[in-house]
Amino acid sequence: MSDFAFTRRTVLGALGAALILPQSALAFSSAQAESLIDKAVADINAIINSGKSEAAMYVDFEKVLVRYADMPNIARSVLGPPARSASAAQLRSFTKAFQAYVARKYGSRFREFIGGRVEVNSTQKINSIYDVRCTAVLKGEPPFAISFIVHDKAGKFIDLQIEGISLLKSERSEIGAMLDKAGGNIDKLAAALS
Amino acid sequence: MTLSPLRPLLAKTSLFAGVIVLAGCATPGPDGIADPYEEVNRGWHDTNVALDKAVIKPVSTAYGTVVPDPLRKGLSNVSDTLGIPGSVVNDVLQLRFGDALHNTARFAVNATIGIGGLFDPATGMGLEERDADFGETLYTWGMGEGAYVVLPLYGPSTERDSLGLLVDIALDPVGNLLGNPEKGYKTGLKVADLADTRYRYSDLYESVIYDSADSYAQMRLTYLDNRRYELGTPIVAGAGAADQEAAAFDIYEDFYE
Repeated sequence: MSDFAFTRRTVLGALGAALILPQSALAFSSAQAESLIDKAVADINAIINSGKSEAAMYVDFEKVLVRYADMPNIARSVLGPPARSASAAQLRSFTKAFQAYVARKYGSRFREFIGGRVEVNSTQKINSIYDVRCTAVLKGEPPFAISFIVHDKAGKFIDLQIEGISLLKSERSEIGAMLDKAGGNIDKLAAALS
Repeated sequence: MTLSPLRPLLAKTSLFAGVIVLAGCATPGPDGIADPYEEVNRGWHDTNVALDKAVIKPVSTAYGTVVPDPLRKGLSNVSDTLGIPGSVVNDVLQLRFGDALHNTARFAVNATIGIGGLFDPATGMGLEERDADFGETLYTWGMGEGAYVVLPLYGPSTERDSLGLLVDIALDPVGNLLGNPEKGYKTGLKVADLADTRYRYSDLYESVIYDSADSYAQMRLTYLDNRRYELGTPIVAGAGAADQEAAAFDIYEDFYE
């Protein structure tokens, strides 16, 4: 069963992106942003319907995050100002712990997606980001909106919004609270996350 | 039509006219959240979580375990259907006549073919759920969101949405037509609907309430982000549609600085 319906438009869009890529390697385009999310969504759809164990699915989710999302900068952003005084090694180990935490936390949510699918609808450019709008169609649920926020600079996504709820903002708040609990110590926070 | 169902409503609205004035004044912080009552709110949040643990969770788990899924779904459908006339009133107050017609047709279909609302054939006919509430009506009329508040039992809200909730309770077109004890049955259905929702989404709900480092902050952010998205709240007062859109994405502008 194919759970991700490639529409003719998205296939053509992806094809178009591949054709113009050599000429415009610097500027990212709407078509590229959309084809990136097309691929990410196809990978996610494949994972949630793979029938693998949950632990194996989390490992696969983490790979998707690393491939399609700018995890080092998302990790830096959720840490906020304390990231500036952290060493490169500290940031690296925090990023590693953070991405495993995200894969686990949201991967367990994706269980509800089994048998469902995510469709990519449209892409809109707003200043330096692309808002790639999708619809999640789950069994026995009214469809709901998901937006991937792709940044021009990295060519990867930096946030995911579900019905207006930003996971970046949500994790900024959550990691901020955890950092407080760890007495502002990033190493302790990283240890608590893993 | 007599004015009698409106009288308690008018009494209640004038009582809360003071709240309207207050709601315009709350200034949001740099994170876009106005929470001057944080201390009181956190108190109610803790009470609500304790109440969930002691009563709501066990009751909804029992309800979800004992009553089979199709029956729970059916009862929730009836409760939703009884709420549609309230949405129609709000659609009209917001001058959204297309939605008023949509919801009227939805009500007519589900109340008849849907056997008093037990089933929801309307959604399959393109008459999907389109809720409207008085908080939204107040937004449409230009009232500010006001401060964030946590209501006892009910949970996250804003000053505007709390006022809207009170008006919706007073307005309740179906409830006001029903006498006793039918009005009580309607309330019972609403409680059953809430218990069903609590049971159906227990994993999601509990991951926020019980597994967060700061569940208060998570609830506040989730409620406000989602509610503003639902309403399409302008972020910059008086700016055009394009600026509004850009402002919603401002949080990403300094991402790489």
